[in-house]
Amino acid sequence: MIKPGPLATVQDLGRHGRGSIGVPPSGAADRASLIAANRLVGNPDGSAGLELTLGRAVFRCHGDLVIAVTGAPATVTVDRGAGTEPAPISFGACIEAAAGTVVSIGAPSAGLRCYVAVAGGVAVPAVLGSRSADLLSDLGGGPLRPGSTLPIGSDSAKAGEAGEAGAIYGSGITTRIVERGAVAELRVIGGPRLDWFEADALDRLCSGIYTVTPASNRTGLRLHGEPMLRSSGAELPSEGLVTGALQVPPDGLPILLLADHPTVGGYPVIACVASADLGLAAQLRPGDRLRFTSPAKAGRLGECSVGA
Amino acid sequence: MIKARPTGDSGLLLDTDVPPAWLAAAIERAGLPGVVDVVPGAATVLVLTGPGTADFADLAARISALPVTEPATSIAEVIEIPVHYDGADLADVAELTGLSVTEVIEAHSGGLYTVGWLGFSPGFGYLRGLDERLMKVPRLATPRVAVPAGSVAIAAGLAAVYPRVSPGGWRLLGHTSVRMWDEDRDPAALLSPARRVRFVAMAQRRTSRSPVPSAADASIGPAGAEAPDRPAGARHSPTGRVEPVRRRRSMGRVSR
Repeated sequence: MIKPGPLATVQDLGRHGRGSIGVPPSGAADRASLIAANRLVGNPDGSAGLELTLGRAVFRCHGDLVIAVTGAPATVTVDRGAGTEPAPISFGACIEAAAGTVVSIGAPSAGLRCYVAVAGGVAVPAVLGSRSADLLSDLGGGPLRPGSTLPIGSDSAKAGEAGEAGAIYGSGITTRIVERGAVAELRVIGGPRLDWFEADALDRLCSGIYTVTPASNRTGLRLHGEPMLRSSGAELPSEGLVTGALQVPPDGLPILLLADHPTVGGYPVIACVASADLGLAAQLRPGDRLRFTSPAKAGRLGECSVGA
Repeated sequence: MIKARPTGDSGLLLDTDVPPAWLAAAIERAGLPGVVDVVPGAATVLVLTGPGTADFADLAARISALPVTEPATSIAEVIEIPVHYDGADLADVAELTGLSVTEVIEAHSGGLYTVGWLGFSPGFGYLRGLDERLMKVPRLATPRVAVPAGSVAIAAGLAAVYPRVSPGGWRLLGHTSVRMWDEDRDPAALLSPARRVRFVAMAQRRTSRSPVPSAADASIGPAGAEAPDRPAGARHSPTGRVEPVRRRRSMGRVSR
């Protein structure tokens, strides 16, 4: 890693099944984009790659590598040295990069997070079953620094698996980015603690526009907009949290939990963002606007679940 | 009685009147299809499934039919955590409760605790079973930026040990050198839901910042196999209160 940009971490699809001892899921904030990158280079979906926040990263290949960059669209430039001119390459394409090649990823034109997959996968040590950097709980490696070197593994999608190289098209695996200035629509399912709020809370949640604030990170999006008022001042005993939960602290402004969210919390969750929209949420940057929509009212489920 | 609340398209939150840790253990034991994680909380259990894959009504019905009992390991074993009572808030806790420092130590180390749930940070267990005299101790008004790993603390009716350096607002009574969290160990967390825990007072260290009992108080007889050094108050406080000793006896422990 020559330049990591504002924040570069190693991410796979996370560490799961250990919530009962307080281990968050972590993993790529925009899972679909990491999976897409992995499929482009012939990796299994869950191989570890790089998650770049706001791009602006530069790295050198120390071996002959096959690389793909997905997620928030950015200019990718490849400098193959030996007197050749650095050349831009198509975003979302699979490229061969010989030893010595320097790859630069620019600032994304929209969206927040780019993903770099390398054939074989990034082989930093796994901690509790995952190579992901959990920045809230300090599990796995931390943010990459200038000079960080990353070993490349030998992951390979088995023949017949969905992960076959180039098989992302028509698979439902796709990056979703809201255009600059547009309003992202995130579908929510009311509850589990909708009853802690005023009767029309879900309608009110879904009527206004929220803006992503700069205090957002991999743990969650902090939002500015219509506060959600609780109907009582009682304190909720700590309970388990899902990724996508809209936790409401006493100031009423929802926090949309992302990959590094804590496993339990004591603020009531008014609604949860549909799993299929979490990648879109993870690509929102400070200043981006969003609206919640409620295709399924509290308690009616399944209508929001979308393949991929 | 279980009340199930859908939590997005990938979770089911169960309100239960049995200990959530017992229900969570029963669900994990049952190996129900589609369940990817089970997270007990203070009064609920969150069951995580793959997005949109579970029939929540069916899952809730299957869970309701499970026999729920205290997990066998919890009954069989008590995790003993040796504690040096030299915490920065020991004197404040004594003042808040109207107890002597010795009585605070006696109250904290005299009880049998149960891990209710974990969270806040990996390996951080919320322990129920705090002595009534310590129940009302509130969190600090301003949390500390960095609480050292191994800090033994209480607040809001619960006890805990900070597994790693982290911010924290609980009152620090002491520290343990036991590793509460070790990524290279399996399981990484010393504690898990429903396990029983006892704090064992160790011989006191004397440091300038440590408000501990005087040397005379702490110079108790030899440590038994089950009962390492503890300050005098653990057996007889200056006020003559002997309740903790009785409690130990009732649990079949040796008391000298």
